[in-house]
Amino acid sequence: MRVARLLPEGKALVRQDKLETVVDTSLVENVRVGDHLIIHAGYAIEILDAAEAEERLALFDEMAARAPRQDSP
Amino acid sequence: MSPAASDHSRAGPLLEEIRRLAATLHREVRIMEVCGTHTVSIRRAGLRSLLPENVRLISGPGCPVCVTPAGYIDLALSLLDRPGLILATFGDMLKVPGACGQALASRLGSGRLRILYSPAELPSLARGTDAPVVFLGVGFEATAPTVAAAFLQAAREGIANLFLYAAFKTVPPALRALLSDPQIRLDAFLLPGHVSAVLGLEPYRFLEEAGGLPGAVTGFEPLDLLEGILALLRQLSAGRRRVENAYARVVRPEGNPRARQVLAELLEPEDALWRGLGIIAGSGLGLRERYRGFDAAARFGLPAMWNSEPAGCGCARVLLGRLAPEDCPLFGRACTPESPIGPCMVSSEGSCSAAFRFGEARA
Repeated sequence: MRVARLLPEGKALVRQDKLETVVDTSLVENVRVGDHLIIHAGYAIEILDAAEAEERLALFDEMAARAPRQDSP
Repeated sequence: MSPAASDHSRAGPLLEEIRRLAATLHREVRIMEVCGTHTVSIRRAGLRSLLPENVRLISGPGCPVCVTPAGYIDLALSLLDRPGLILATFGDMLKVPGACGQALASRLGSGRLRILYSPAELPSLARGTDAPVVFLGVGFEATAPTVAAAFLQAAREGIANLFLYAAFKTVPPALRALLSDPQIRLDAFLLPGHVSAVLGLEPYRFLEEAGGLPGAVTGFEPLDLLEGILALLRQLSAGRRRVENAYARVVRPEGNPRARQVLAELLEPEDALWRGLGIIAGSGLGLRERYRGFDAAARFGLPAMWNSEPAGCGCARVLLGRLAPEDCPLFGRACTPESPIGPCMVSSEGSCSAAFRFGEARA
């Protein structure tokens, strides 16, 4: 879920699609608005590395482009 | 988790490579996942039926509710016999039967059972009452820091009526126990996502030593799981034994030091009793000396917990991969998610529940 707003006392308002909830961010450092948080039991436990996620998907796409065409996976 | 990571069109080449490598191995490859969320994702996506015949996915002791001994439920129930005491728990504990056959859900009408979404609710819950509030601390290393954060906040606020009944478990000691059991033949481990986000890769390094097995930290989307399986097959094909990170967008090699620091401030390793695995040295987390005031077991004189299995229930063997859920005589007949007998069918993350809900032809 993405951080929509930072709140007092180490909390953050997060949003995904039309869902909004408040999570505790005291277990992670340097949370910013727009960060995608990995949430476990109401606490952010990590911040998604967006660049790494993009790179991984690009790698999959490259594999798909190299593979022979087929109708179903 | 990126929504695009669930894109099915990207799975084809991964599966092709998995099939190619599996064909070169000429034997059955047994890969165990030790995370309940992986178990559910694998079943939901139908991955077992997509994999080659000789690649078998086996669910291990990764469902926190399932590995909790039945005696813990009985002792939790006994706490509710104390006038006024409030018991707080995650919802997945509600339907697990204790050795007595009763589950916490049987006390929902008492008004003294609180279902929490997050331990963050604990300080305000305790502040709002004079009664003792006991939290059932069940979970692995991803959950334990969240509970620790809440109790440390309670400590800072001087809250004196909040208690922890700890039954936490830690993953690396369980992997060691699985490795040392000659009856459990495995070839590789899919390592948990959220637990590893906290731990990082170092606690798994013993897997690289003699007697170890290849390991791959994996995410929860079907593509993540396929990538993890592919990483393991590549290792097996090359005769390597490494701890790999196939979930680098979330898991850093060093993990989350702050979460570990919070956990270690409140809790320290202790021996723990697992359903199926028995006592494993250093595989639990108990309160440190300076926080013993939070200890529900000491405060309310609870004896040691014990294991007890419902008659005919194969859960203890299912947790070790010795019995496939579908091969349990009770599965789908006497035991279903609507009318479960053992915790593996009760918990939404249990192997039996996942197998029943997303049943596939091949186990």
